[in-house]
Amino acid sequence: MPTHHWEDFQPGAVSIYGPRLVTREEIVAFAAEFDPQPMHLDEIAAGATMLGGLGASGWHICCLLMRVIADGFILDSSSMGGPGVDEVRWLRPLRPGTRIRVRATVLDTRLSSSRPQMGLVKFLFEVLDEGDTVLMTLTTTLMFGRRQPGALA
Amino acid sequence: MKFFEDIQVGEVFALGRHSFGADEIKAFATRFDPQLFHVDEDAAARSHFGALCASGWHTAVVWMRLMVDFRRGLLETAQARGEPVAGIGPALGFRELKWLKPVFVGDTIDYASEVVETRHSNSRPGFGLMTIRSTGVNQHGEPVISFLSTTFVERRPAPP
Repeated sequence: MPTHHWEDFQPGAVSIYGPRLVTREEIVAFAAEFDPQPMHLDEIAAGATMLGGLGASGWHICCLLMRVIADGFILDSSSMGGPGVDEVRWLRPLRPGTRIRVRATVLDTRLSSSRPQMGLVKFLFEVLDEGDTVLMTLTTTLMFGRRQPGALA
Repeated sequence: MKFFEDIQVGEVFALGRHSFGADEIKAFATRFDPQLFHVDEDAAARSHFGALCASGWHTAVVWMRLMVDFRRGLLETAQARGEPVAGIGPALGFRELKWLKPVFVGDTIDYASEVVETRHSNSRPGFGLMTIRSTGVNQHGEPVISFLSTTFVERRPAPP
């Protein structure tokens, strides 16, 4: 039985997950596979781009956020996945050697109108560096099984 | 990429297709999204998905790879003709991303991006802003992913 069900998420609750060290090797390996642009692959070429130096692919930051929250609470929850992402903003580059953390704020919760065994939780996730600078924000609604399916909220 | 002035709303960039195998679905999910329905066939069969399916992030990053390859093709074609090429970027993010259907083992997803809006940039005078809607459609014709993103695209230099 997982620890976290839909009923356990309260609007306004804030949690911090991580840290997770992001290495140069993994930034380059991700980019070589999924986003082979110079600013994600090579320091010298990256210096001439608008990123001003080697930085992780924005999609890599999304994937790292997913892993940090998976380890943080999703894998020990009644997660049923997510239907999408409202918005992602890439605010600052993620440089090699940064220890990221994720700040999760519960914005809203509601029951599913079509599936009584499920509820929805809207989150703001912020990827932070060691100095609490926000590198990326992501707002999304995730689906969770209910501890008491069909009960009134 | 083409210069901002040469991009028309309604233009579609056909990016190509990708087939998702069980091993790559599990390898990606093990790194980034190790929920049981993305890494374990038996657990996935018992989940609401009914079978092993790709992480939505996997479906999304394959779009990025195909878009990078598409742009590289445009660059090489232009260079072979001795034509100038517009600079792009950076991307500021994306919005309204929807994972519309699961991507199951063996599904082949056909990706495309359509220009839905162009406008001038106030912050960077040498650039315009291009908004595209990117989609992936499976072999049954069903959309599996859709999102909007906006990128800076260089304007054609004024003649000397």
